[in-house]
Amino acid sequence: MSENNPTQLEALLKTHKLTRGEYEKIQQLLGRDPNLTELGIFSVMWSEHCSYKSSKVHLKKLPTHSERVLQGPGENAGIIDIGDGYAIAFKIESHNHPSFIEPFQGAATGVGGILRDIFTMGARPIAVMDAIRFGPLDSEKNGARNRRILDGVVQGISHYGNCFGVPTVGGETVFESCYDGNPLVNVFAMGVFKHDEIFYGQATGVGNPVIYVGARTGRDGIHGASMASDVFTEASQQQRPTVQVGDPFMEKLLLEACIEAMKTGAIVGIQDMGAAGLTCSTSEMGSRAGTGIDFDLKHVPQRETGMTPYEIMLSESQERMLLVAEKGREQEIFDVFNKWGLESAVIGTVTDDGMLRVRDHGVVVAEIKNRDLADEAPLYNRPYTKPYRDVPMDGPSFTSSSVEADLLKLLASNDLCSKKWIWEQYDYMVRTNTLAGPGGDAAIVRIKETGTSIAMSLDGNGRYCYLDPREGAKLIVAECCRNLSTVGALPVSATNNLNFGNPERPEIMAQLVEGIEGLAEACKFFETPITGGNVSLYNETLGESIFPTPVVGIVGLLPTVAPIPMAFPKAGLDLVLLGGLGDSDLTHFGGTQYAKQVLGALWGLPPKLDMPLEKRVQEATREIVRANLTEAAHDLSDGGLAVALAEGTFAGVGADVDIKTDLRREFALFHEGPSRVLFATSNVAQISAIAERHQVPVVVLGKTTAGTLKIALNGTEVVHVGVDKLYHTWDRALEESLHV
Amino acid sequence: MKLGVVVFPGSNCDHDAYYAVTCNLGQQADFVWHDSENLNGFDAIILPGGFSYGDHLRCGAIARFSPVMRAVKKFADAGGLVAGFCNGFQILTEAHILPGALIRNKGLRYICKTVALETVSINSPFTNALKPGAVLQIPIAHGEGCYTADEATLDQLAAEDRIVFRYKENPNGSMRDIAGILSAGRNVMGMMPHPERVSDPLMPGTDGLGVFQSMLNSLAAISR
Repeated sequence: MSENNPTQLEALLKTHKLTRGEYEKIQQLLGRDPNLTELGIFSVMWSEHCSYKSSKVHLKKLPTHSERVLQGPGENAGIIDIGDGYAIAFKIESHNHPSFIEPFQGAATGVGGILRDIFTMGARPIAVMDAIRFGPLDSEKNGARNRRILDGVVQGISHYGNCFGVPTVGGETVFESCYDGNPLVNVFAMGVFKHDEIFYGQATGVGNPVIYVGARTGRDGIHGASMASDVFTEASQQQRPTVQVGDPFMEKLLLEACIEAMKTGAIVGIQDMGAAGLTCSTSEMGSRAGTGIDFDLKHVPQRETGMTPYEIMLSESQERMLLVAEKGREQEIFDVFNKWGLESAVIGTVTDDGMLRVRDHGVVVAEIKNRDLADEAPLYNRPYTKPYRDVPMDGPSFTSSSVEADLLKLLASNDLCSKKWIWEQYDYMVRTNTLAGPGGDAAIVRIKETGTSIAMSLDGNGRYCYLDPREGAKLIVAECCRNLSTVGALPVSATNNLNFGNPERPEIMAQLVEGIEGLAEACKFFETPITGGNVSLYNETLGESIFPTPVVGIVGLLPTVAPIPMAFPKAGLDLVLLGGLGDSDLTHFGGTQYAKQVLGALWGLPPKLDMPLEKRVQEATREIVRANLTEAAHDLSDGGLAVALAEGTFAGVGADVDIKTDLRREFALFHEGPSRVLFATSNVAQISAIAERHQVPVVVLGKTTAGTLKIALNGTEVVHVGVDKLYHTWDRALEESLHV
Repeated sequence: MKLGVVVFPGSNCDHDAYYAVTCNLGQQADFVWHDSENLNGFDAIILPGGFSYGDHLRCGAIARFSPVMRAVKKFADAGGLVAGFCNGFQILTEAHILPGALIRNKGLRYICKTVALETVSINSPFTNALKPGAVLQIPIAHGEGCYTADEATLDQLAAEDRIVFRYKENPNGSMRDIAGILSAGRNVMGMMPHPERVSDPLMPGTDGLGVFQSMLNSLAAISR
């Protein structure tokens, strides 16, 4: 690489998505010009995907500590203490761009990647959740493509998770035009282990062997990390070779072999090869330990002949791991991997000079300080203005002719309808720990070794965040924590996936900044520090950005007991709304599902959140649920009170309620004000006492009945519909939209 | 009773079967690695669910050639009890220890859900603790569970009372709604549903316990 041919250099930088300024920094760090292999190595390590160069300045605002946090951001996954000497590792990661280019493999390898992040720390994965977002299935222009992407993504997740043997226990599926050319696939995984079984991605111990294990390296996925840091154009469909191909069986073998090898005590550090493959694992492991790694590519198991150093270093072939063992104990590692039929090879050694030294048959082909790659990436404090929005503050005037018809329309919408068609393709029961699977407020997985269970939920809301990124982010944290509290769990820690558009646009950067600040404020308030996550930027197609879509995954702890259902189990119970009826006006109604599904509009602001009230509601909810004072519990969210009541009837039991309110009927039934939980109970007095102690309003709405949902407003009946009709409207809608 | 739970590299319901036998039924169990040919000391063998050797070809097509399957065949030929759940059933048909084949589900999709099963025969070591006609709620979780055989085989299975379970609502296209069958000697059973998933009071139901309890009854009767 030299200055002799400026046009050629410009072209190379463009291919590698490096700026002129970044190139100059590379020259300065090296004290010379990089060769092509080195340029490739820098380009992936300094990509947005690996370096977080646009977001790092703001990510520092997130809370990351609590008494339970054993490992915060910066490792392969966060770790928290769950008591009894056990811990869980968990994280969320996106595979948005690959899933658009090749939905099946894109989603499958998204699952594979996050699972490796978990078991590389020593934890056995015990649960997966997915937050997936697509363009509308009925869109005239793109409906067929959106249906095909959804189908591919679901089958990819199903293929990988089922074969690997981890239950897919929950998630969310959302449809919005902004995801038309840019679906979001965010995968969360969690694993469990003992405190003394934790491993880190560190290359410690000068002279220790560096060992490559797992699948062979091929030419797939070269430049995946830099692709994931680019906007989509018409040419993106031509990038299929940069999407990796996954083999879940290989991953299962890798899991079992790694966990067994860890038990030998011969491993000192281990890291998976995910984005940026061999480059990332070597330089990060070296950088964390302050050591160097000297290795020869001729020892790297290869699937294809004639691969160049550039290709081997940048390959993102799946199901590979790098580990550092204690010198002299290599054979113990080989024996385990042989048992599982996997390849393992010593490719180099840990050195004391801090350099990543890559050789090809002895000849040095790249020589860069590990720190320069892992920690010296340029950081950008990108300019930001006011968050982008292109909708009015004032809403349209409207009057519903039938709120019953509106309710049915909401239940039949793809956002609110049953997602059973999706989750029945996932094995959500394997390992027999799933106490509450998909379809509830939160999933619950028990830890067999202790008396503790883990509740978890994934939440995002692009519409709220588009209207106000800061308030929207706070609302999703509140909602996620409320989901956990509704099943009786104490929220303890969070992971986040920040899906945003192009940070080089100041009004998009402003969405990112405000979104992060909102998350930071709420996570501090709800005492759920963020232990890791992922940032996915450049989610933009043909100049159109997605809604700012932070997705949070929060985990909570509860004692292992049979869970309380969401639906009303029998007639004759009192229906109690903790948190009261809430409030709304036209401005704060503009982000609701009613506005979207019934009015086809978006305006105003997201619902108002009173965080102290929310916290008190959640404390009271946990107390009620844990004291077994309720026979059903369901939090209010999308679609508001009417949808929550309808969902309560899906076990076949009806309800008869009369709502005393000053609100206009559309607001009373469908506003999405937070801090509300619905109970079906025979213990109204005790629940009221708990509510009073927590200074939380409580309203008795009516009773559960047989067979019919009747809702009256101030004595006037506005909904009267059989529960079978409600159920069938909701149950079959997705299949009908997919034409299956 | 001591059960052997066979572990192929891609087995993923091995721990669930082990847990059901040891923790829920209080019996002894041990894992048997796929390259072992030694089944000494086991009273019965379970072939658990999963993806044996990845099942890239047909489910169980490679597993039938494994060393442990040679031992399982001998064990079965000598009258030992062998139960295959899900992938275990697929392997038993590939190994020709049970007749027929399990092909892609009608609809070509993986299905995970709890289904209603009708107990067709209680004349077996795997169903003797059940009531005739009892309807059990047991989950399925498979992509290739459509039971298929020629008419003569199906007739023979029916005539010899070797169909143990039928689906009440056929989820996968299985011929004659077959969910589980017996070998001619009645000592080998394959079923696609997962009884080990509903053997714990915290799971949704305990209808799977009957299958394990039946095996215990039979073994107790033999040892008497």
